[in-house]
Amino acid sequence: MFMKIDRDQHRFREIVRGKVRENLRKYITHGEMIGRKGKELVSIPLPQLDVPHFRYGQNGRGGVGQGEGEIGQPVGKGDQEGEGLGSAGGEPGEHVREVELTLAELAQILGDELELPRIQPRGKANIAQEKARYNSIRRVGPETLRHFKRTYIEALRRQVSEGSYDPAHRGRVIPIKEDRRYRSWQNIPVPDANAVIIYMMDVSGSMTDEQKQIVRTEAFWIDTWLKSQYKGLERRYIIHDAVAKEVDESTFYTTRESGGTRISSAYKVCADQIAASFNPSDWNIYCFQFSDGDNWGEDNKSALQILRESILPACNLFCYGQVESPYGSGEYLRALIAAFGDREEKLVTSEIADKSAIIDSIKKFLGKGK
Amino acid sequence: MKAARHFRPLPPELAAIQADMEKWALQYGLDFFTTIFEVVDADQLSAIAAYGGFPTRYPHWRFGMEYEQLSKGYHYGLQKIYELVINNDPCYAYLLASNSVTDHKLVMAHVYGHCDFFKNNAWFAHTNRKMIDGMANHGNRIRRYMDRFGVEEVEAFIDACLSIEDLIDINSTFIKRSNDDSRFEFQSATGESEQDRVQATRFQSKSYMDRFINPPQALADELADQRRIVESRQQQFPSEPTRDLMLFLMHHAPLKPWQLDVLSILRDEAYYFAPQGQTKIMNEGWATYWHSTIMTRHAIEPRDLICYADHCAGTLAGSATRLNPYKLGVELFRDIEDRWNRGAFGEEYEQCDDRVARENWNRDTGLGRKKIFEVRRIHNDLTFIDEFLTLDFCRRHRLFKFGYNNNSGYYEIESKQFEEVKKQLLFNLTNLGRPIIYVRDGNYRNRGELFLEHRFAGVELKLTYAQDTLANLFRIWKRPVHIETTLEGKVATVSFDGKEHQLTRPEETIRLPGPGDVLVTN
Repeated sequence: MFMKIDRDQHRFREIVRGKVRENLRKYITHGEMIGRKGKELVSIPLPQLDVPHFRYGQNGRGGVGQGEGEIGQPVGKGDQEGEGLGSAGGEPGEHVREVELTLAELAQILGDELELPRIQPRGKANIAQEKARYNSIRRVGPETLRHFKRTYIEALRRQVSEGSYDPAHRGRVIPIKEDRRYRSWQNIPVPDANAVIIYMMDVSGSMTDEQKQIVRTEAFWIDTWLKSQYKGLERRYIIHDAVAKEVDESTFYTTRESGGTRISSAYKVCADQIAASFNPSDWNIYCFQFSDGDNWGEDNKSALQILRESILPACNLFCYGQVESPYGSGEYLRALIAAFGDREEKLVTSEIADKSAIIDSIKKFLGKGK
Repeated sequence: MKAARHFRPLPPELAAIQADMEKWALQYGLDFFTTIFEVVDADQLSAIAAYGGFPTRYPHWRFGMEYEQLSKGYHYGLQKIYELVINNDPCYAYLLASNSVTDHKLVMAHVYGHCDFFKNNAWFAHTNRKMIDGMANHGNRIRRYMDRFGVEEVEAFIDACLSIEDLIDINSTFIKRSNDDSRFEFQSATGESEQDRVQATRFQSKSYMDRFINPPQALADELADQRRIVESRQQQFPSEPTRDLMLFLMHHAPLKPWQLDVLSILRDEAYYFAPQGQTKIMNEGWATYWHSTIMTRHAIEPRDLICYADHCAGTLAGSATRLNPYKLGVELFRDIEDRWNRGAFGEEYEQCDDRVARENWNRDTGLGRKKIFEVRRIHNDLTFIDEFLTLDFCRRHRLFKFGYNNNSGYYEIESKQFEEVKKQLLFNLTNLGRPIIYVRDGNYRNRGELFLEHRFAGVELKLTYAQDTLANLFRIWKRPVHIETTLEGKVATVSFDGKEHQLTRPEETIRLPGPGDVLVTN
């Protein structure tokens, strides 16, 4: 049967993508709206995807059920929405349908909307590596690779054509040597570009939860985009106040210290990491640093030195995102610009005033295509 | 235009089962169109189900959405469509290839029940029995418009129309609501209008009493009153509130010819599908009654038993929050059959207060079968429940009424009283459980605005849905649209003028946030 549904399904996916794209700014601003589902899927609430009708709300609504139970006993949970007039002022479009997207699709939408260029992996990473893919059939081969179905079909075909097939014993098909088919492989060049993202964040007292939420949201989108560009993507997280250490992802977002701030300490850990594990000739290295811009005055010099000598030569891109905080002075950004100006094209800086600035910051960071 | 559909014939073993089932069905007096079965795989079945049973339907993204849900549900093992049957002559029914032979038997017996119901139930009488062709025709027309005017454009218009597809008058197929459009508005030769023809009521009297029996002042007042009524009726548009908003739009909305055609297509389909919503409990109950009768008395073989029992238990399982239409329907039909077999109906029975006597009531009337055939012919769910849901039945099946508790956020059991339960059930079935909405004024405030009226029956409209629906309606009417409803016990009007939603209550006006506003939840 000809499946016309494919067209409609395709159209539905297209509409979903269109709507997500349309609302992308909103989703990026409120990163928490996007739920992860396993490794590859995300679920996104899409308001107004359903066809709206005049319908009853929950107030005064009820039905008839069957079974045991006493009066007052709960039988089911209501939807999580405060309906009625009380909340009418605050929340439009509550009939939310969730759609599933793969991370790759999401990255594609992000790329389209922000017009992000595809990343050109650099250096040795362009050299393709050969990989074997079993995607063809041969007449000879080892028995371990014998393709049972194909062999069976060949034998059946031969028996039918020579008239030795006996319908009374369906399934009794005896292959001879000529019938045998074997799986075979082809060598397919696979670009072996690996990438690592090193996130650095200032966790000194001046970074509040709100700032961290911004970092988290931005990191999610950066991850999503870079993941779509590289096959293997590693992530490293470094937190620092006056001293720095490498931590796992959840610690990265939850730790809060109260000490002073030495950016150079984080740079040092970062440079050590690169030297130890990520040889720049094999890896595409991305560094993202988030801070409120406060640094210990005399530390700037040593920080900039490490950055200039060890990190910048090794990495593809060094992004510095300065999150505006009520306590931070924002002075480090000025120091960076004073030191490098526009001369260093691997260095990208951006100021993130609030959540709505995230999207522009992402565009600035990833817009270079490096 | 004829749909090019090639049905694969059934494999011989299934064809034999079909012949068997058909024989039993006929023997019990079921009366159906020729029924054609086709075996399809799960994805095909999901696709057909997404199209509402018609693979030839017009293209629209929501079918794709529906399909994705159904096929994901199947592949994740959450749900499975067992049967799908289309009200058409001949009846088409689909069998799921991966089902066991026992399931196929059961489904076939079940399908014959549906086919009989489609053919004989009065509420289906007006439906197009060549709908397979009708749908293919609709599909072609819409596809042609899409080629000519663009997919986006046509689809967007369909979206808007779908928002109001349930605003039709399902009873209008039986009641003549308005006179056919007359081609000429005749004026009387004397030039007198309808207004001049009104007369005050005069009682017969002797001339000397006339002044008292027919006081001139009273006559003058009455005449003025009547004139006013006639005048207001002439100014009213529509002259009487109508529920068929779709028809009203077809006649009066500023539509392009293709839009008019699309709207009429969607209206046709809405009327075609409406009886299936109106008779869900009966239809499923009837089909279940017959599959269980045929299976248990004739068709079942020892090896089928476990599978059959398992399947039946699955479809007839009750639920605390959703009354299972299969279960309710079949139990009611059995109850009716039993009562009419025993003669447990009529005045004498109703007035009998002795519980034991009622339970053992037997007049050997034996009218059960005849009665249920009659019931399946004339009733829909609403009248079915109204007529046959009894106190005894309600107690035996432990029915209860539940309602939403605003404080706890849960649906809670509210009552087990028979009257309450029945009232709630009838309410849920009235107008398919949807709000009743009339078109009251097509020239509201003399500015060509459309004014709808929700006849409040205790449950408020869902405001966000209503807003979006109004926005869609605006795309068709192209002038501001309003709906009057009741919110928190007060009359309120929700309006949309193309840019903003407004809520007007007697004492205040609130601007409602629209879909374009950013939703902020933290």
